[in-house]
Amino acid sequence: MSGRVLVGVKRVIDYAVKIRVKPDNSSVVTDGVKHSMNPFCEIAVEEAVKLKEKKLIKEVVAVSCGPQQAQETIRTALAMGADRGIHVEVSGKDYETLGPLQVSKIMAALAKKEEAQLVILGKQGTFASEVAFDGDKIKVVREIDGGLETIMISSPAVITADLRLNTPRYATLPNIMKAKKKKIANVKPADLGVDLTSRLEVLRVDEPPQREAGVKVETVDDLVSKLKDAGRL
Amino acid sequence: MALGGCRSFSALAELPDTHQILRQTCRDFADRELTPIAGRLDREHAFPLKQVQELGAMGVMAMEVPEELGGAGMDYLAYSLAVEEISRGCASTGCVVSVNNSLYIGPVLKFGTEEQKTEWITPFTTGEKVGCFALSEPGNGSDAGAASTVARQEGDEWVLNGTKAWITNSWDAAATVVFATTDKKLKHKGISAFLIPMPHPGLSLGKKEDKLGIKATSTANIILEDCRVPLGNMLGPRGAGFKIAMQTLDSGRIGIAAQALGIAQASLDCAADYAHKRIAFGAPIGKLQAVQFKLADMNVAVESARLLTWKAALLRDSKKPFTKEAAMAKLTASEAVTFCSHQAIQVLGGMGYVSDMPAERHYRDARITEIYEGTSEIQRLVIAGQILKEYQA
Repeated sequence: MSGRVLVGVKRVIDYAVKIRVKPDNSSVVTDGVKHSMNPFCEIAVEEAVKLKEKKLIKEVVAVSCGPQQAQETIRTALAMGADRGIHVEVSGKDYETLGPLQVSKIMAALAKKEEAQLVILGKQGTFASEVAFDGDKIKVVREIDGGLETIMISSPAVITADLRLNTPRYATLPNIMKAKKKKIANVKPADLGVDLTSRLEVLRVDEPPQREAGVKVETVDDLVSKLKDAGRL
Repeated sequence: MALGGCRSFSALAELPDTHQILRQTCRDFADRELTPIAGRLDREHAFPLKQVQELGAMGVMAMEVPEELGGAGMDYLAYSLAVEEISRGCASTGCVVSVNNSLYIGPVLKFGTEEQKTEWITPFTTGEKVGCFALSEPGNGSDAGAASTVARQEGDEWVLNGTKAWITNSWDAAATVVFATTDKKLKHKGISAFLIPMPHPGLSLGKKEDKLGIKATSTANIILEDCRVPLGNMLGPRGAGFKIAMQTLDSGRIGIAAQALGIAQASLDCAADYAHKRIAFGAPIGKLQAVQFKLADMNVAVESARLLTWKAALLRDSKKPFTKEAAMAKLTASEAVTFCSHQAIQVLGGMGYVSDMPAERHYRDARITEIYEGTSEIQRLVIAGQILKEYQA
């Protein structure tokens, strides 16, 4: 067991910012817009650092795929307690077309190269709300539609972090200072044997339709007849 | 972490990486933990105990203190950034941070013995305990040399008698730095500094003042009646009190400038946001030149004061003289926040006058920055004194 955990951290448009579509509908505006670490990636980093504090794992490695600025996101993970970083450089056109398929290939290649015991990522679906080690297996409690499900998995494993997994810490000032000395390695996707060609082509980006005002009805019968008129019943 | 030589001034153009992360961390804390509760803290005059503890855990309550003593081991530029971001969320919390760092820990760090530092600093780095600074009296504020609180030696104790006024953090503090005269004939050269734990026999607190702003901090008189402390509680040499107070205030001014910047920035944010949303005469009011001129003037005022504040901090970090620059920073920042908070209410119109929007609280919080830690008039005297020295024939 390497005792090494890889955590994926992504630099995204800050969650509090109002997203705007470019006038040519090709994508969203990113220039000059505030970016931060994806909040779910923060939860993933927090979980990894907690496992290290409990001495269940030995090393936390923060990974980010993207242009030069992705290094800021890695530095934030280092300030939260990650030990070192890996910046997979992807920029320009390659970055615009970088999709989940390519990123997962990169993460898989890195996990193999680093002999990672565990990979923790921010969620896209539901998932882990509790992670514990049980011998050489990992016990995960995950949220499913019907309630909570506890499963045992063997490592290496990939876990995605749910909102309720933890509350990410604020970086402490001493850790921000220490983060300066931690190393961030630079890697190219080609070094990992990953082909970045995209299988997807974005045709058009539009804002979601404006929410229309609702209609109030007086009685249940009115509601039923309105639904019938709208072809919903 | 002092940056050397002229490299340090490039920090004025773009902050170093660590400082950027620090600033963002403090901003995130302020946005998530302080802004949502600042209105309630103000209404209820409630000390932000939990938030101070959290800031302590982050290292913000003892930023300059070396790690061996429990602090964050950072520089004054980092400190000014932190205080600004915290104050932007809640001016009262920013005040608590500033008083603890600059006015209480500051003098002990600079003038204390190793034993005094361990006893009086380390417990005050975690956010569990905060300190205060007792210089002003009912009879003298700006006239600090006229201290009438006395300290006489009796055996192996100092016995203090007198009253201190306007002491910030007094009701929430676990210790105070007190200035009392040990030799009245020597006038300001006869003042000495003492460390007193709180509570302590012979030390009592007056009623909490009902202030215009920074209501979540406690401000009251500290009354000393035959208050006895061991001889080892004198801070620095006998008669050095006035010098200790003045040097402490030099650094404290950078903290207050930062607090003022935070409130000013919050006012500007509030006004600019409103200018986008409020429609009048058929368009957002941000389209009107009258409003644009106000926003521009506000931004210029804040940014100029901010650069002066950073420069004062960088000079201090480089161990260069910074008395004049610190006074300039505090003067411009406090006048900037008075201006910005006033104009923010003007931009908001009626909405600026009610508590639904934070503009009225910023206006009330801003006002103290031109008064405490040296009034704007005193700052001008300090600056003029330095200029005249520079031009000595």
